[in-house]
Amino acid sequence: MRLMIRRFWKRSDPLDYANRLWMKLFIGTVFILLYAPVILMMIFSFNDSRRNIVWRGFTTKYYEKAWNNDGLIDAFVNSLTIAAFNTVLATLFGAMIGLLLWRFRFPFKSAYDGFMALPIVIPEICMGVAMLAFFSRIGWPSDLPWPLNLSSIMIAHIAFSFPFVAIVVRARMAGFNRELEEAARDLGASQWQTFRDVIFPYMRPGLIAGALLAFTLSLDDFVVTFFTSGPETVTFPVKVYSMVRFSVTPEVNAASTVLVLITLVAATFMLRFQRPQEAGGP
Amino acid sequence: MESYHRNRRLFWLLAGPGSFWLLFFFLVPLGIVWTLSFGEKAVIDGQISITETEITWTLANYLRALADPVYLKIIWKSVWISVFATLLCLLIAYPVAFLISFTSPRRQAWLLLAVILPFWINLLIRTYALIAVFRTKGYVNFTLEWIYNGLWLDHLFGAFQPLELLYNNFAVVAGLVYVFMPFMVLPLYASIERLDRSMLEASLDLGAGQFTTFLRVTVPLTMPGIISGVILVFIPSLGSFLTADLLGGTNATMIGNVIERQFKAANDWPFGAALSFLLMYVTFGALALRAVISRQSGMPA
Repeated sequence: MRLMIRRFWKRSDPLDYANRLWMKLFIGTVFILLYAPVILMMIFSFNDSRRNIVWRGFTTKYYEKAWNNDGLIDAFVNSLTIAAFNTVLATLFGAMIGLLLWRFRFPFKSAYDGFMALPIVIPEICMGVAMLAFFSRIGWPSDLPWPLNLSSIMIAHIAFSFPFVAIVVRARMAGFNRELEEAARDLGASQWQTFRDVIFPYMRPGLIAGALLAFTLSLDDFVVTFFTSGPETVTFPVKVYSMVRFSVTPEVNAASTVLVLITLVAATFMLRFQRPQEAGGP
Repeated sequence: MESYHRNRRLFWLLAGPGSFWLLFFFLVPLGIVWTLSFGEKAVIDGQISITETEITWTLANYLRALADPVYLKIIWKSVWISVFATLLCLLIAYPVAFLISFTSPRRQAWLLLAVILPFWINLLIRTYALIAVFRTKGYVNFTLEWIYNGLWLDHLFGAFQPLELLYNNFAVVAGLVYVFMPFMVLPLYASIERLDRSMLEASLDLGAGQFTTFLRVTVPLTMPGIISGVILVFIPSLGSFLTADLLGGTNATMIGNVIERQFKAANDWPFGAALSFLLMYVTFGALALRAVISRQSGMPA
């Protein structure tokens, strides 16, 4: 009997921190604080009130309003166009650099590695002003017809997003068994055939994950775009920024909710393709 | 891995486009800003030009940034806000990372996902969502007013006075913590995860309490993760522009906002260029420190 009581009162395991109540409460609070602002924003985008703090009933009228706001829709189309171009080129360049770093040994490789990581590590604002200075110095034309007038933003986005793709592709290729490639070559496949039928199928999940990353990075970027966009080339985040500076409106909530959902869908797909067991090679 | 000698054509084919792009659309722009930082506004026909700058290799812009009390104050303030936000991040993230690494692997995956997910949500939208929380008629003040009136305090002390939570240093620190928290949790998790549990058991068996064990065993052993996380949060905080701009307003300016102003409203590009290179040197210094420390501890942070 006494033993049972002792066992009951004794703390189960001194290292079992995950089951302490106060730890659970703490982490629960942190996650609530982390998610509450965005979730509240999404919920209140359906709120039938301008003051948008007290719930006054469900409505989708702010989605209609956002949909009929030409400036907002133009900005959204611009953002998607830039993101699409960026995804194609950044994935291509990133995959090539990823393969290069995975496959080859060459002089000054660590320096080259650092060079490729530069766009990832330098403060965004420095990159933004650099792009602004660059395009004004070389006199990049700003009055081109759509979508060519978005080219300066696309160039900047590709520059900061393809190194991310390179990292993802390289990490994927690190698990590749080079013997497969040698076997293909031994069996008479050309270099191109080996790439197409052996390397590429293995690389594909990394490629898709990289492409989705490039897409979301471009769609989400504000700071660099802010410095490269002109009055005619407003992207969605830049437009939201100019609206937010005036006030918090349900319209912005609605538009932001749509953007959050798009990026979350992209993120979900990306995580799915990055997971090694589901990625399964050829 | 093979030497590039064995297949030079493929090597150059793969290296070409990316290297070209980064060279011309990244390194050259940075070079332009670097030379700009040694320039001054050109004098044309005896008048100071608004748009033209001349590279005279002067150090005046750097001196101005580091000697002018106005800018020195802003630089110090940015550093302090970033330090404060980083420490707050550490205090909150450490227990979170600790709990994640001590839970079952299945739950670990989900909790990590929950930490990473906000990364994908637009920074601007997350910052904007905070405005709705903190503003005078925001959720915080609404809740406080509800509690205040619920306790009948409005009958005793008069109507509820909303707190001014936006447009001050508090809002900026809160915003930075909110936005950069995942950067702190991940490296902490990585180092706590590989912590040898038997060390903790040994310490507890030998009579040290939980608190002593934490301070003298856990913290020193996870120091690489702490340093890594601190640097990963400090760098983007120091260079942040959006958070201070939207949540700090004109009352809480950081270096990023000054740089933006020089390149937009104030139109003093050479000075803005000098400031952004100062920011970049600090960033590189912090990254070098991180590399040295992670090499010493033999852990890829």
